Amino acid sequence: MAPLNYYLVLSAIIFAIGVAGVVIRRNFIVILLSIELMLNAVNLTFIAFARYLGSMEGQVIVFFVMTVAAAEAVVGLAIIISIFRHRRSLDPREMQLLKW
Amino acid sequence: METNLAPLLPSAEVVLTALSVLLLDLFIRKDEKGLLVWISLIGLALAGGMALFLWGSHEGAFQDSILLDDFALFFTELFLGAAAITILSSVHYVRETNIHEGEFYALVLLSTFGMILMAAANDLILFFLGLETMSIGVYILTGMWRERSQASEAAMKYFLIGAFATGFLLYGIALIYGAAGSTHLGRIASALGQTKSHGSIILSAGVFLLFVGLAFKVAAVPFHFWVPDVYDGAPTPVSAFMAVAVKAAAFAGWARIFLYQLSPLQSEWTLPLKALAILTMTVGNLLAISQSSVKRMLAYSSIAHAGYLLIALVAGGESGGQALLFYLLSYAAMTFGAFGVLIALKEGENDHEAYSDFAGLGFKRPFLGMAMSLFMLSLAGFPPLAGFTGKFYLFRSAVVAGHIDLAIIGALNSLLSVVYYLRVIVMMYMEEGGAEGKPFARAPYLYLAIAIAVLGTVYLGVLPAPALDLSRISFISLH
Repeated sequence: MAPLNYYLVLSAIIFAIGVAGVVIRRNFIVILLSIELMLNAVNLTFIAFARYLGSMEGQVIVFFVMTVAAAEAVVGLAIIISIFRHRRSLDPREMQLLKW
Repeated sequence: METNLAPLLPSAEVVLTALSVLLLDLFIRKDEKGLLVWISLIGLALAGGMALFLWGSHEGAFQDSILLDDFALFFTELFLGAAAITILSSVHYVRETNIHEGEFYALVLLSTFGMILMAAANDLILFFLGLETMSIGVYILTGMWRERSQASEAAMKYFLIGAFATGFLLYGIALIYGAAGSTHLGRIASALGQTKSHGSIILSAGVFLLFVGLAFKVAAVPFHFWVPDVYDGAPTPVSAFMAVAVKAAAFAGWARIFLYQLSPLQSEWTLPLKALAILTMTVGNLLAISQSSVKRMLAYSSIAHAGYLLIALVAGGESGGQALLFYLLSYAAMTFGAFGVLIALKEGENDHEAYSDFAGLGFKRPFLGMAMSLFMLSLAGFPPLAGFTGKFYLFRSAVVAGHIDLAIIGALNSLLSVVYYLRVIVMMYMEEGGAEGKPFARAPYLYLAIAIAVLGTVYLGVLPAPALDLSRISFISLH
């Protein structure tokens, strides 16, 4: 079995990619995907720790996180549709009605 | 093993009400939707009655991952009250804006359920689930006025930033789980007591990430940039709900996690928290001064008030906890009132949210003018109103804990805030030609909500003793 650190480093890298995606990318759907990437990196951390500690808790938590991520994706896509109906664009730079 | 369901009673009642509202919404005609308001209010009242009935008990359910103590019940009552006032003040608003009523009330109730769970959770995962139930509900509420482009934009911003913050919070929970071997707060605390060296970097990183996630939720500077846009674009009753209830829920979680269970780590996070409090107060107040829209001003003022509340978290201990709970009560009353008056100014498509729209309101609608003056004076911290008493105890707790500098900066900040709060009063009584404001006959529920807020603001200011005792008892029940 690969040591715990490998998994932790891998999930940290995936999490960082997700964060970078949210900050850099200019399309709501890609940003949403990046957020999902962050949550799945967390899932990997939970699983790795659960295996290392020999406890089931972490594995159960992953199911909760997956459910929450699904609910969040649904709401996110609904909001994306409602915003697309108004302005025919998914570029965050065009969100100028309210100044940031 | 027998499962004790008593701790779930109030929250289960709220969920049941939400589901009945959703179901009934399908079967009744559009002009009968007023019924849904009453069902929601009765459901909230029943849940409030249950919480009162359970007062003083100390039980746990599901291996103590949900706790029923006075702390949880105090916040349960606060959230139920906040939901009731939100519903009262949105009755006319949702009809004017063509928001689907049944879904609106059901979502308010479901978010309230999430908040109750957050205050009662003794397990980080349960806390996370409560937080998400609340947040997802509020994301939708923000964007529910779909005909308006600003509302969708606000919902998008809120959703992206909320989900982003969730990622950090969850990563923090995962790391804490790895270091402590459990997400249960009690077991984390005992793991902290046993070993100091084991996995301490992972633990610190986890606590730091949890900290960042919560700071996003309470809108502490530098994680505040979404607040003005989201409050501005959201339907006004939802802005009030967010400013009061969502913030209170995040503080409830913060108090239970950091002030109680993780208090052995206190020395590590006192300094960053102190910096956060000072930044939040000062930046919030400075930016509030330059606003031309009262709604945005209230958004920045809610950031500043989050800063005051952070003082109580820095101070910690019994006096800090008492001040935190009492200030949340006072803040709820005055903020709901101020947003309520703002709702009363709305006419059709025109929101009337600028300072100039308040011109002459004191003569045209004497009650609204009087109420708004009270709320503004209270927010600025004038005696004998709730805001003064609340701030007094906040600053006192800081002094008791030896953070005199924090108390001084807080007092200077509330002096600064007088500038923009008084501007509203000046507008209302010394200028002319603003918006008309709804008369009582057109918005009786809204007037009722404002009247409740006035009573709360005056009562908590003049006779704070019972509420202070209540806050102290509730906070002590954590230990």
